[in-house]
Amino acid sequence: MLRLLSFLLFLATWWIAALLIGDVKLPAPPAVLTVMLREAASGALFINLGATLARVALSFTLAMALGAAIGYLMGRVKLADRIGDPWLILLLNLPALVVIVLAYIWAGLTEVAAITAIAVNKLPTAVVTLREGTRALDRSLDEMATVFAIPRGRAFRHVILPQLGPYIAAAARSGLSLVWKIVLVAEYLGRPNGVGFEIGVAFQLFDIPLLLAYSLTFAAIVLVIETVLVQPFEFRVSRWRPRAA
Amino acid sequence: MQLEVDITGKHFESAAGERHDVLAAIKFSLHAGEVGVFVGPSGCGKSTMLKILAGLDHDYQGRISRPAAARLGMVFQEPRLLPWRSVEDNIRLAAPHIEEKRLSELFAILELTEHRSHFPGELSLGLARRVALARAFAIEPDFLILDEPLASLDDALAAHLREQIATLVESRAMMTLLVTHNLDDAVCLGDRLFLLSARPARILQEVPIPTPRTGRSAAEISHIKADLVRRRLAKI
Repeated sequence: MLRLLSFLLFLATWWIAALLIGDVKLPAPPAVLTVMLREAASGALFINLGATLARVALSFTLAMALGAAIGYLMGRVKLADRIGDPWLILLLNLPALVVIVLAYIWAGLTEVAAITAIAVNKLPTAVVTLREGTRALDRSLDEMATVFAIPRGRAFRHVILPQLGPYIAAAARSGLSLVWKIVLVAEYLGRPNGVGFEIGVAFQLFDIPLLLAYSLTFAAIVLVIETVLVQPFEFRVSRWRPRAA
Repeated sequence: MQLEVDITGKHFESAAGERHDVLAAIKFSLHAGEVGVFVGPSGCGKSTMLKILAGLDHDYQGRISRPAAARLGMVFQEPRLLPWRSVEDNIRLAAPHIEEKRLSELFAILELTEHRSHFPGELSLGLARRVALARAFAIEPDFLILDEPLASLDDALAAHLREQIATLVESRAMMTLLVTHNLDDAVCLGDRLFLLSARPARILQEVPIPTPRTGRSAAEISHIKADLVRRRLAKI
């Protein structure tokens, strides 16, 4: 209910602003809706959204899997931490644009280049979060698992993984929001489809209704995925923890 | 089955680079069906010794021979349960092959039956300790280590739990090591007492109790306790 109210407030603000600023720079909601419906009817909206979502899914999975593995290793093995740390600092502070441009130069304007570039941008935050999580592991439970000769695989699943759960959820949450932002830049710069590409086209044609139509649909999809997938997952993995009042 | 311990020393270096000796000479052996009790002042290195005996710390001088096939069960000073698993799952994780009948029996002896599906966060310390005991006994150990299993419980509860431990220890012939600074625990549960010195710990005296554990009268227990207090004072 409150959410609906908040959404209506957003629409009203937009409409009033459109009336004040004028249709050329900020079209009113119905104009954008018309473009949205037109793009949907032609199928272009779905193809572009699908392309973007596929890129997000691939690069997110790649970065999470690799980042979690590297982070766990760096948290456990001191040597790995010392070797990896300078790389990590470099990657953390490297602007996304640099990575994307270099990837396109070295690997060509290809899908592989785009997905790799997005994954490389997200990777270091996942590594850092999981490294912290691994460092915070309870040693006394490790000892318990050793004493009771619980096999490694079982110990990892039942003793280690539940402790890492909240960190994995945090990395997924912050990583996903990063990927949402970067994927459009990568598409804008070097892909022939996707939301980012369409926004680039709209920018060149100064077609503001088209620009808003794509941006808002994209934002809506992000909102849905966050509420339907990410938040329940976060809740699930930290369910046994005492909750803040 | 027999445990042979001959530790000649253990030290570690602090962050400042100073050398700290934790253990001096500790030599004893323990047979199956026997309960050895270590009594010593707090901070004397008992927990360090247990870590070495449990195979968690390999950095010491001397040697320990423990039968390779001996299954180890341990009750740590803190219960060390997985907060994200229920009481039953905590036990089944350590003892995956336990039969339902045996598990129910253990729960009955330790009065945990109604807490089976509870999570450790919902238990009092006394209950969590009992779960840790149930876990150690569930694996049917050949070698059992109890690290102050009754510390920080009130007297009545400690006495009650002491009886439960006695029942369980009696039910199986294993090598049992109990560490405590409570003389009641030591005298009620032990066959042989080892009195430890202050840090670095060494064995000051070995005190056998000839009467079998189950046949000790209250008068005898208080007599042995008085004797222990006298011995301890004589050493200081």
